[in-house]
Amino acid sequence: MEFTNTAEPIARLIEEFNKLPGIGPKSAQRLTYYLLQSPPERVEMLAEAIKGIKQSLRLCSVCLNITDSETCIICRDNNRDRSRICVVEEPADILPLERTRKYRGLYHVLHGVISPGDGVGPDDIKLNELMRRIQNGGVTEVILATNPNLEGDATAMYIQRLIASSQIQITRLARGLPFGGDLEYADDVTLSRALEGRQSF
Amino acid sequence: MSQLRVYQTEAIVIKRVKLGEADRILTLYTPEKGKIKAVAKGTRRPISKLGGHVELLTHSQLLIARGRNLDIITQAQTINCFMPIKNDLNRLSQGLYCAELVDVFAAERIESAETFHLLRDTLERLANSKTGAIALRYFELQLLNYLGYRPQLQSCTLCNRAIQSDINYFSSCQGGIICSQCIHEEIASRRLSLNALKVLRLWQNCDYATAIKININEELAKELEDVLRDYLKYLLEKQIKSTAFLDMLKVKLVGIDN
Repeated sequence: MEFTNTAEPIARLIEEFNKLPGIGPKSAQRLTYYLLQSPPERVEMLAEAIKGIKQSLRLCSVCLNITDSETCIICRDNNRDRSRICVVEEPADILPLERTRKYRGLYHVLHGVISPGDGVGPDDIKLNELMRRIQNGGVTEVILATNPNLEGDATAMYIQRLIASSQIQITRLARGLPFGGDLEYADDVTLSRALEGRQSF
Repeated sequence: MSQLRVYQTEAIVIKRVKLGEADRILTLYTPEKGKIKAVAKGTRRPISKLGGHVELLTHSQLLIARGRNLDIITQAQTINCFMPIKNDLNRLSQGLYCAELVDVFAAERIESAETFHLLRDTLERLANSKTGAIALRYFELQLLNYLGYRPQLQSCTLCNRAIQSDINYFSSCQGGIICSQCIHEEIASRRLSLNALKVLRLWQNCDYATAIKININEELAKELEDVLRDYLKYLLEKQIKSTAFLDMLKVKLVGIDN
């Protein structure tokens, strides 16, 4: 984009906003002019917040979630059930699971998913770390919460094979019809799994 | 406008990459147009109406709108989702391997209905077979036929004489057999057993029902796999990515899954 008639700092900020996902040129301009009119403390806070995510963040030494200290807030919490591990693909997947307030165990973040067609194998994601946690003992259940798509399933099946011989219970998030969805548009895999997993009502 | 704005086609999804927040770009293999790319909007959202109908290794009926850059999928209905492939790690890795081969070898918008049918039938066979080894080798050989890389197995690629002796060699760069008289060290080649040669010749020309009647022991299966993989790799001039996972499953998890 060219902003020949705009002051350089404004043009720079618009361009930076424009690089963010889901933000087009118009939104980038709106955000920039909004900030221009905001009180300086607000802008300062935003700038600090943005800087903070790169300066102080690291991976939790237990579950590999993103954290600002040695272990993450979930792994530090003594009220959580330490015998259950919920395996997710990305740190962002923990958020929606936590929002349900139904799960009180720990997590493990794989930071990726097995994708043979893209050349991403089991060694390219944080699987060894998961195996080490399991070998350390005390785990009774591993919940496979990888995405319900081909790569997520492949990863789940692979993990299942790795720990199948142990006494640990392995579960997978149920597959079924989404709330707010429409039966007419459901695909065969979802529908047949929904039928298989139907429950008395 | 000479072209209609939307068109219908069957397709098998052979590759998909993320686009933006919730969209995907799919690589499709169709009977009438060969390999094409199209955008599937919103497919990464849980209530997407396309969702599972355009998952990898799914055979679907699609309605596609022509776009300025990329075409856009507007409706999708599964024809066959090859469920047994998706429920089994070995079959899944084999299915992905087939999809990758078609993707890397096929040029965009070059029609080949045979390739489409071969891929469709192979996925069907993988879904229904135990080991899938023969289905994969048969797929590779037939694919080479359609692509125009059919290996020369009847006569020596150097002297052109019919194969006589029991000792022969396969050369990827020659694209076929070299007889024991012509072989010399400067040509990269591998020894090919008589049994392997016979099986390759048969599979090159027979239908699948005949192909699976042959009993292949482990040693022969390995030889056939190696010969064809070397040849494919030579033609592609690069590694086939999904073979790494295919091999890993064989080595690492042997014994757990019988």
